[in-house]
Amino acid sequence: MEHNQEVHAEHSHGYGVYILVWLALMSLTGITVAVAGINFGGLTIATALIIAAIKSFLVLKIFMHLRSESVTFRAFVGVAILFLLISFILLFSDYSFIVRN
Amino acid sequence: MSSQEQAAAAHVHRDDVGARMGMWLFLFTELILFGGMFILYSVYRYMHPDSFHLAAKELNTIVGTFNTAILLTSSLTMVLAITAIQRKQKALSIFFQLITIVLALGFMVNKYFEWTAKFHHGIYPGSDTLLAKPTGEILFFGLYYVMTGLHGLHVIIGVILIGMMARLTSKEIINSNSYVKLESAGLYWHLVDIIWIFLFPLFYLIT
Amino acid sequence: MSEAIVVPKNGKHPSYIEHEGKHKGLLGWILSTDHKRIAIIYLVAIISFFLVGMTFGFLMRLELIAPGRTIMDAQTYNSFFTLHGVIMIFLFVVPGIPAIFGNFFLPILIGARDVSFPRLNLFTWYLYVIGGLLAIISILLPGGPADTGWTFYIPYSVRTGSNVVFALFAAFVLGFSSIFTGINFVTTVHRLRAPGMSWFKMPLSVWSLYATAWVQILATPIIGITLLLVAIERVFGVGLFDPALGGDPVLYQHLFWIYSHPAVYIMILPAMGVVSEIIPVFARRTILGYKFIAMSSIAIAVFGSLVWAHHMFTAGMSNTGQFIFSLLTMVVAIPSAIKVFNWTATLYKGSIELSTPLLFALAFIFQFTIGGLTGIMQGVLSVDIMIHDTSFIVAHFHYVMFGGTGFGLFAALHYWFPKMFGRMYSEKTSKVAFWHIFIGFNTLYFPMFIMGWLGMPRRYYDYLPEFQIYHLISTIGSWILVAGILIMFGNLLKAWLNGKKTTEKNPWGGETLEWKIETPPIHENFVDIPTIHEAPYAYKQNESETLTNQEVK
Repeated sequence: MEHNQEVHAEHSHGYGVYILVWLALMSLTGITVAVAGINFGGLTIATALIIAAIKSFLVLKIFMHLRSESVTFRAFVGVAILFLLISFILLFSDYSFIVRN
Repeated sequence: MSSQEQAAAAHVHRDDVGARMGMWLFLFTELILFGGMFILYSVYRYMHPDSFHLAAKELNTIVGTFNTAILLTSSLTMVLAITAIQRKQKALSIFFQLITIVLALGFMVNKYFEWTAKFHHGIYPGSDTLLAKPTGEILFFGLYYVMTGLHGLHVIIGVILIGMMARLTSKEIINSNSYVKLESAGLYWHLVDIIWIFLFPLFYLIT
Repeated sequence: MSEAIVVPKNGKHPSYIEHEGKHKGLLGWILSTDHKRIAIIYLVAIISFFLVGMTFGFLMRLELIAPGRTIMDAQTYNSFFTLHGVIMIFLFVVPGIPAIFGNFFLPILIGARDVSFPRLNLFTWYLYVIGGLLAIISILLPGGPADTGWTFYIPYSVRTGSNVVFALFAAFVLGFSSIFTGINFVTTVHRLRAPGMSWFKMPLSVWSLYATAWVQILATPIIGITLLLVAIERVFGVGLFDPALGGDPVLYQHLFWIYSHPAVYIMILPAMGVVSEIIPVFARRTILGYKFIAMSSIAIAVFGSLVWAHHMFTAGMSNTGQFIFSLLTMVVAIPSAIKVFNWTATLYKGSIELSTPLLFALAFIFQFTIGGLTGIMQGVLSVDIMIHDTSFIVAHFHYVMFGGTGFGLFAALHYWFPKMFGRMYSEKTSKVAFWHIFIGFNTLYFPMFIMGWLGMPRRYYDYLPEFQIYHLISTIGSWILVAGILIMFGNLLKAWLNGKKTTEKNPWGGETLEWKIETPPIHENFVDIPTIHEAPYAYKQNESETLTNQEVK
């Protein structure tokens, strides 16, 4: 369908929302660094990655306005992430079972 | 459905949603480009966990954290620039765009110092110091340089892009009724930020 | 809502060929953002590179007609098969149908005036040409052309002195041409469909191009980064894949094939789309199982992304990995088979008209089936251990990529030629060309199955005397094939320059939107954007009754 000018009223968040998200991102960064100092073994890196995922989620949803885009955009992002994830998983299905060298 | 009576000239076709859609699709390609390198990282880290731990100690966590903060803030200023232009606050929007650029350049300056410090210690691809280290460490630094290097290249591209947007905003080509270009530049910039969000813990915080 | 277009004073709209835009003459063709003109300049570029790639193949076959050295030394032979692969894959089969027919017809098929990003579209053509030139330059520079095979496997690709970096950059640039085309097509299909054209009223070639575009977007960056990393490794000695520096060459293969397997679906899906267009027209029947075919395109794209390591069964994978990928490879055959069943069922009891487009489409079905079934054979681990890296594999992929996509492209050429150029080619000559191509193709490649099964390795310059009879037959097949191709292109070129002019909107009796507009189309495609009420391919059994959706001027 051809659309002409779009009114972006729905894309307009207040300045405040963005600053709040920014504070959350900074805090999460701080937590990641703090946790890294403590050695939980494999859990440390898992925690770091989970926090990174949460930060990315916030950037995607709020800063990149995914929250106000149509469901098509969200589906697209899902597809892309899924492709990457499945490639990772399938690749490791090989590497986790290797008996090389 | 004849419309032969309409003698009006064809008006310019504009599709902001389509423009954003195209930019998102392009961002996926960037995501996957870096994703390929993350795949490399994860396999080699799986194979050489201890060497990766050791090598990561060479990196300065404070500088890395500082850079992360810089980039996150630059994402904020970028999205504030968009809100500003939506509210017809042209000067404020340009201001935020310029701050974004300054922050990005600050990031690159830090990166420059990090890299040169390493070169100074003899740690660079092909150096004897590096080649004398265990293979896991060689791989770590290879990945470090390539991944942060390519990321840095994308930061520079972002700086140029945002600079162009700032100019368009000052000329009011980007204005409160037509700002999809700024949004698209913003999307690009946020992706650069997201990539760093993952790079940071994987290189700096695995000690 | 239809956009008004300027009505010329004499009431007659010029075709896109005659249209006078901002630039005149040749510049008007290489600077135009009109998707139809871009399609034509792609056609010229792609066919040119095809002929170069074909020449390399022809010379390779000449070398292989007898054991030992025939016309070239071993190093040259290695470079030839590398270039043949790089050119055919990245410059012909991958871009082929989407860049030519996707560009020309996708907007028309969905009732749009152009793609979403016309300037980006033109940019992809320039990327294509630059990529092609980089590949050609690599042949001429000292060091000689790359001799690694188109797969650039580590460690040889970082050790060899040949011009690998140029070839890598060529592929990298071409990758972006493909990516941007994909981005354009996905956005276009989502945003620019005419009023009333819901997803399940789109023609099947659009579904195919859409699925292809997604694979182009998601898979191509992987090879982009992988080849870039090899180039970086060569130039800076970084230590990423090179085993001497601790890298894992099998990891390179994983990354390489994560793209290159989905790439073959980039190649085949558009061709399947073409076949889905042609079969209903020349059987004069609604295609059977429209939704199945549409969804199978998506399924092929999805499953095709999960099977890459079946190229690596003998590379040193874990057993678990081998089992998983072998199983997934079986699954990916199912949606392709669904298409073949549906096409065949559509033909059954149809009113068949054996025109050239249908001949190529039928050959496609025959050859794709052979290629596909041999693919399943290769997916079986115990079989692949024996036939990996033999001529069997070479035969398999030529059957699907050439016998499949290549023939699909030839079919599209003959199907859409009158619409694109407003000229008609000689049907008789085109049939002569077809039979040469068909017989030549099968004579060339079928013996490779046999000799591969008997142990003839691929990429080998020399061979044991017991294989010679197969090589001899194969090379003779290549001569027949090349003759056919030259007759075909000669026929089409003659028609383009000098053929019988036609303004017939619908020479074949098709039901999709391109057959309702002017021949050749006007610059804006439609005077008024149509409103769609019916699904495509709405044929009646009775040949004299043809449904028209609505009057489109």
